[in-house]
Amino acid sequence: MQQRDNQNRLSQKYTNSVLLNGTLSTPRWWYPLVSVLLFFVVIGFILFGIQIKYGLGVTGLNRPVYWGLYITTFVFWVGISHAGIMISAILRITQAEWRRPVTRAAEILTIFSLATALVFPLIHAGRTWRIVYWLIPYDAARGIWPNIRSPLFMDPIAISTYLTGSTLFLFVALIPDLAVLRDRTTGFRKGFYTILALGWTGNPRQWKMQVVGGILLSALMLPIFVSVHSIVSWDFAVTTAVEGWHSTIFAPYFVIGAVHSGVSAVVTMMALMRWGWGWNDFIRPEHFDALARLLTVVATAWLGFTFLELLFAVYGLDAPEIALREMQIFQYPWNMLFLIFLLTGYILPVPMWLFKRVRTNIALMFWSSILVNIGMWLERFLIIVPGLARKSPFVFTWEAYTPSWFEWYILFWSFCWVTLLMLLFSRVFPLVPLFEQKESEVFSDSIKIGRATVPTIFREEEEEEED
Amino acid sequence: MSKSILGLFLDPNHAADAMDGLKESGFERGTFDVLTGTPYPEGAFGEYVPQHRLFRFPAFGAIIGLTVSLFLTTATQLAYPLITGGKPILSIFAMLIIMYEMTMLSAVIFSVIGIIFESRLPNIKPGIYDPRITEGYIGVVITVEDEDLNKAQKVIENSGSEEIKVV
Repeated sequence: MQQRDNQNRLSQKYTNSVLLNGTLSTPRWWYPLVSVLLFFVVIGFILFGIQIKYGLGVTGLNRPVYWGLYITTFVFWVGISHAGIMISAILRITQAEWRRPVTRAAEILTIFSLATALVFPLIHAGRTWRIVYWLIPYDAARGIWPNIRSPLFMDPIAISTYLTGSTLFLFVALIPDLAVLRDRTTGFRKGFYTILALGWTGNPRQWKMQVVGGILLSALMLPIFVSVHSIVSWDFAVTTAVEGWHSTIFAPYFVIGAVHSGVSAVVTMMALMRWGWGWNDFIRPEHFDALARLLTVVATAWLGFTFLELLFAVYGLDAPEIALREMQIFQYPWNMLFLIFLLTGYILPVPMWLFKRVRTNIALMFWSSILVNIGMWLERFLIIVPGLARKSPFVFTWEAYTPSWFEWYILFWSFCWVTLLMLLFSRVFPLVPLFEQKESEVFSDSIKIGRATVPTIFREEEEEEED
Repeated sequence: MSKSILGLFLDPNHAADAMDGLKESGFERGTFDVLTGTPYPEGAFGEYVPQHRLFRFPAFGAIIGLTVSLFLTTATQLAYPLITGGKPILSIFAMLIIMYEMTMLSAVIFSVIGIIFESRLPNIKPGIYDPRITEGYIGVVITVEDEDLNKAQKVIENSGSEEIKVV
């Protein structure tokens, strides 16, 4: 098949055949990997069933640490979900050219990580079915309605809004690619894609709506994206009784941390996509380079917030707060976790990203992005648990919290679950937006400046009306 | 009886020539259109792009979301008027957060409805089409009466089309 046309652009036929290689055919590794993941996921569901039967006693949660690994993992996955809108919306609005192969993967990651995050409060609640009384606006026999003053109520509202918005955003951007699949399938699959493509033909009106609508939805999703992790942070920040939680800086601190962890997860995912499906022509080293530059800025801002949070905590010279920070940073085992958190969250990856050789090395980017997310998970653990575990006055029981193997497995399960969902998605829908990729080829060219040939990207501008 | 012609082009310049030719031959601008597998710069084919009213949809959605959320947050608190710590029954700050989320949610939902409506989707009878359009061919499509069929076909052929379909 002809890879490039006479203007040295990737041909649309080649783009279709390569980017649909995981959808129209099945990679050899797909079935074994899905089977293994399915096995672990099923075990996770069984363990969840056992926990429902025997109660939260199977976990390490006990007085005074009632919020442990489950809530940490909930915050972690909400953080990962911030990748989608950060990448897709901001880069779409700013017309950043390198966004094209990244956006779809980021949006899917948002949806599946949010859906997984929503599961964790259910698991954490123990009596999962009682969530209904907490969330659904109903009038019970006693006339009691859910308490809107609690962030624990605002939180699911914000996450549901974000999840619904992200799913619709993804669907709108998928329509042109569904038409490509409709044109390339037969039988049942053709019928399925025909329904989903809604009769798309690619006329100028439809393309205009795709472009304008994409920017409009991006603009609407951005404020939601900021609000979601702010509200998650208020789950902790409005609790006055726990040292380490009651901080005014939490909302922006959580948002920037979420972006750090989410964009790193996108890097991990892009490396896997490049290796798994062989999309070397589309997910290129320069995309990793751009993401690493973005991450360097985000990570440094996040580090600033980390130190500000510590500074504000000790500046007031409040004895319990200082005691907590001393425990968090200097006492074993928290000090070890704190050290690993700082090393993996910033000290190791960011200096690496300062070198172009690292930024364009996919294996190094993959491992450094994994490091970031180890650090970011620990950050949430260190925010949530030590404040509860420290001995407080008038508390008659206290002890360090040790998560049970049950909780560790459910954490592992969540990674298997998200990966499984992504792999299942990849068999039905393309992971890289085809039309965006093709659009980039239409708008790209090269020009000669002196003796150098420079690649260029054209951008459509609105014409200004003359007086 | 009317018929549809679809001319397939590989070169965007030839497709633009066909569109110009159809215009010059006196066909009304609403009767012919261009189909592509990727967005081209607006006006690349001299095509007619009608005005849209997309921005009204999120505004309308936001008003609905705001109204519903104001009612929901107010009514649920008034339904159980238990005074806590001497504070007012209606907690304005908490209400604002819920109202904000519901307003945005409704605006997003209505925007998506707007995008689909303004794209004239779902299009149950898409008319003449060729799957090669999604692999790089550019389609120029026109619906004409029988007596104009030859004229339109000739314009498309002379512009350098790779293939012509008539249905």
